[in-house]
Amino acid sequence: MEVSSAEAALSVSASSIRITDVTQDGDVLTFAIASQKLNSSAGVCVFRIYEDFDWLQQSLFSQENLPGLQGIIFPPLPSKALPSQSNTQTKALKQLGFLALGQDWQSYCKALEFYLQQVAAHPTLCKCKALDSFLINSESPGKQRGRKGIFNRLSQAVEEMRKESHKDVDNFFQNERNKNTNLAALSKVATEKLLDVVMTEQKLALACGHFATSLHLCVNQDDAAAVAFSKVCLKLSDVIEAVNRNFEKVASNDLSTLGLGLDLESRYQEAEKVWECVLMIACKLIELETVKKGTEKAKASKREVMEAFQKAVEKEFNLISSVAKQEIERFHSSRVNVLKNFLIGWCELQLNTAKEFAELYSQHLEACRNMYSE
Amino acid sequence: MSEEREPPPLPGAAQTVFPEPQDAEDLFVSAASAMESPEAACLSAEDISPSSNGPRDDDPDDLFAEATEEVSLDSPERQPILSDGPSPAITPVTPVMISPRVDVFDRSPDQDEDEEENRDTFDIQISVSDPEKVGDGMNAYMVYKVTTKTSLSIFSRDEVCVKRRFSDFLGLYSKLASKYMHMGYIVPPAPEKSIVGMTKVKVGKEDLSSVEFVEKRRSALERYLLRTVKHPALLKDPDVLQFLESSELPRAVSTQALSGAGILRMVNKAADAVNKMTIKMNESDAWFEEKQQQFENLDVQLRKLHASVESLVCHRKELSVNTASFAKSAAMLGNSEDHTALSRALSQLAEVEEKIDQLHQDQSYADFYLISELLGDYVRLITAVKGVFDQRMKAWAKWQDAQVMLQRKREAEAKLQYANKPDKLQQATDEIREWEGKVQQGERDFEQISKNIRREVGRFEKDRVKDFRVVIIKYLESLVHTQQQLIKYWEAFLPEAKAIA
Repeated sequence: MEVSSAEAALSVSASSIRITDVTQDGDVLTFAIASQKLNSSAGVCVFRIYEDFDWLQQSLFSQENLPGLQGIIFPPLPSKALPSQSNTQTKALKQLGFLALGQDWQSYCKALEFYLQQVAAHPTLCKCKALDSFLINSESPGKQRGRKGIFNRLSQAVEEMRKESHKDVDNFFQNERNKNTNLAALSKVATEKLLDVVMTEQKLALACGHFATSLHLCVNQDDAAAVAFSKVCLKLSDVIEAVNRNFEKVASNDLSTLGLGLDLESRYQEAEKVWECVLMIACKLIELETVKKGTEKAKASKREVMEAFQKAVEKEFNLISSVAKQEIERFHSSRVNVLKNFLIGWCELQLNTAKEFAELYSQHLEACRNMYSE
Repeated sequence: MSEEREPPPLPGAAQTVFPEPQDAEDLFVSAASAMESPEAACLSAEDISPSSNGPRDDDPDDLFAEATEEVSLDSPERQPILSDGPSPAITPVTPVMISPRVDVFDRSPDQDEDEEENRDTFDIQISVSDPEKVGDGMNAYMVYKVTTKTSLSIFSRDEVCVKRRFSDFLGLYSKLASKYMHMGYIVPPAPEKSIVGMTKVKVGKEDLSSVEFVEKRRSALERYLLRTVKHPALLKDPDVLQFLESSELPRAVSTQALSGAGILRMVNKAADAVNKMTIKMNESDAWFEEKQQQFENLDVQLRKLHASVESLVCHRKELSVNTASFAKSAAMLGNSEDHTALSRALSQLAEVEEKIDQLHQDQSYADFYLISELLGDYVRLITAVKGVFDQRMKAWAKWQDAQVMLQRKREAEAKLQYANKPDKLQQATDEIREWEGKVQQGERDFEQISKNIRREVGRFEKDRVKDFRVVIIKYLESLVHTQQQLIKYWEAFLPEAKAIA
């Protein structure tokens, strides 16, 4: 496969990319992105805003002279966060789902970080100069609003194609498309349901906190009986406070692992949908192109020219097709791997939390039994 | 005892006998003036002896008791005072009864103090179980099995089972309240009526909410009985024994209009009436004032806590619903997944979440039955505690009134001495003696109720600490159990997640 002449492999290690900090200034979030240089122990840190990420994505889409570009499944970029005061939590949840939860934009940063890692790990996309520039240049990419790439050019066509039920290039893609539609819907639902669970866990934690505080207000030192009762209330308050922390932990675990994982899965499914449309359009364009050329050349009736053209078209077609197939394989194994890691992480975190609190409650129980044995 | 009894008023006159709440005070004051007027209803304890056990058929009071029932059947719950609150000895009293009454009053504390020491031999278990619906439609009712297991000698058998319905419990409370509350005893209130809850049950809805309602009520009835028998005086009360042991119980008709709260409301309305009158109690004992204030504060705090916990219970239920919903969506995802190991892991995930849902439900029952109902019970108990403090104020007011009357009689006598009317003078002298007796009795009653209340409050505060401790331990046990189950589930799931190739 030919690559562009300005081939520059990524100069940093994909797995070292981290978003280390985020600051908010009015409406604007600024992210600090750190990565490790491949050939030295030096680290790099740059500051970027959302528009810079958007620029990167567009640059990826609009790479020229990259054969088979249409076959690539692009890692999905999370939507822009709108941190202004007028944006209530409900609005934020609607817009960003899971990424709106968590303290100080942690989940959102994690998602952006993941995006960068995925792009950097992609065998083709990692070679895009824009990526290297994004990660290394101290100056931000600036206000370049370059060509929007395939998507803007074809955005209307995309919608049209989606509406029509079009015969796919291959049975392979047909199956893929059906599965994808199904999975996309299901993972979206699962993400939303998990979000509901996490919200309720947080509400429970809050309710426990209130209850524990109210118990504290029952303290009264007027006489011996009141003191005894106060001690009991304080003990119950401690227990409830532990339950509060328990729920906060459980919610945070859900959020940072499974929540993030499902959200990512969901957005990847959406990305795959887009990819399929792009594929279909690319193939359709090629068809149209063929027909057009055919009509033109027909007049010249130079058979060799026609055949040569035909071969070139087929070659391009096959290239896209093979890239697409590779991408699908890569996509599936990557997604299975990603989900696996999130599931393991989630399970381990929840297991540790359960052990921690089983221990804590047992200690409280022992203490109470000893204190209260008459 | 019976010779001096006034004929009870005719049923028609019952309306005047049970006057508006503000006349409740009159019920006390007029007790001794029964000679002068046929007003007979009073909450006097004159005739209370362990053997008097509520309206009996062979009791000369019968007519009167019927009048009570008639009135209460007509009256809605809003006028609880019209119901048969003061149930057993609704007999007019004459001052001659003073001596036996003193005995009655003095009986309990000493014996009860003995009971306190014998606490460690307190061996009685009561359970309320097997709710059964009897009848159809709006006349249907639930019957509960009450099982008493005990080695105490006051019971005729080691183990006895009886069937009781809700109104039987209310009837028991009504009798105990009328017998003991004015002596300063804190009588545990019976559970609340619930028109909505019962209607659902009657109509035959077998849904979750009516099942939960019946369970909630069953548990409340059990706690009510346990609290009642924990009280040393109440345990020995013949009404209580009859309730627990006898297979047939006369139907407590009057409780159609009355509930635990109804009685307390009646008592507290009377207390408000006392306060509205110009008598302001001179509290010679700071303990009572302090305690009353403490209970006022505690009331407010407990209500707040109760509301807090209700919110907790509600959210926990919501979590259970959401977890179940998530489990379903995970299962569907697993079914649609091609990759075998991932599909299996997702299905396992769904199963784990379903089990966690069950844990949430169980934990929410613990939240509710342990903590929420405990707080609710104590909110109701505090109302009973406030009630006895009010009873003390009433006793004080009665004593004061007697003193006022005595003074008037003395003044009247002094005037008569100057007027030189020998026959009237004799009557005046008699009356003075009568009222001197009443003043003495009033003072004794007041001191007795004060003493009782001190002891009762001490007992209440000890029990309160014990109850809460027991609940904390049970709650912690449930928390530990839940976490241990979670550990099991997660440990089982981990290899499945790791097995995804």
